[in-house]
Amino acid sequence: MTVRQRIHDKLVEAFSPERLEVIDESHMHNVPEGAESHFKVIVVAEAFEGVGRLDRQRRINALLADELAGPVHALSMRAWTPAQWRERGGEVPESPPCMGGG
Amino acid sequence: MDVMDRIREQVENHAIVIYMKGTPQLPSCGFSARAAQAMMETGVEFAYVNVIADPEIMQNLPNFADWPTFPQIYMNGELFGGGDIIMELYEDNELKDVMQEAFDKGPKKAS
Repeated sequence: MTVRQRIHDKLVEAFSPERLEVIDESHMHNVPEGAESHFKVIVVAEAFEGVGRLDRQRRINALLADELAGPVHALSMRAWTPAQWRERGGEVPESPPCMGGG
Repeated sequence: MDVMDRIREQVENHAIVIYMKGTPQLPSCGFSARAAQAMMETGVEFAYVNVIADPEIMQNLPNFADWPTFPQIYMNGELFGGGDIIMELYEDNELKDVMQEAFDKGPKKAS
């Protein structure tokens, strides 16, 4: 199973998201071809209702602790409730280009 | 001094600190660059620590507040968040107010 698939499955199981995107951005970085090292996840779930910004991210970090300790060395995330997602017009911010620091 | 004590001193002696790869003027990671840029745009003063120049801090900071990635932003001794949280506030036009409030509450002009 790819790292991307594993991240996807874990997030589905933990949050039952209304919307989920797991984007492999490794190609934007200075890593070997095929490395699954940089990811962005967008999770829109009712489960985040009443949970603060920091705690939402902590939950995702904890869920993906094994991946973060292993192949994944950058994980960018946005965690919203469905209401927040609609308020934002469903837009996903672009990740910045790599600057060589890994 | 123990590295955890060093970190504690840094985050307690400054209202706002960003631990980043590189410096705000010469960042070496896109996420650090973006967070530092957003923070500079607020005009509120903040301190930075270049973790690439301090491998001991780079290695141990993830355990300090149990946060695995860089950049990390602390306000008055507490982890405020990583780059994503800074960018979320920036996009929502709340970053300046949050930083100003932290600065006003913080230690004045740390030596």
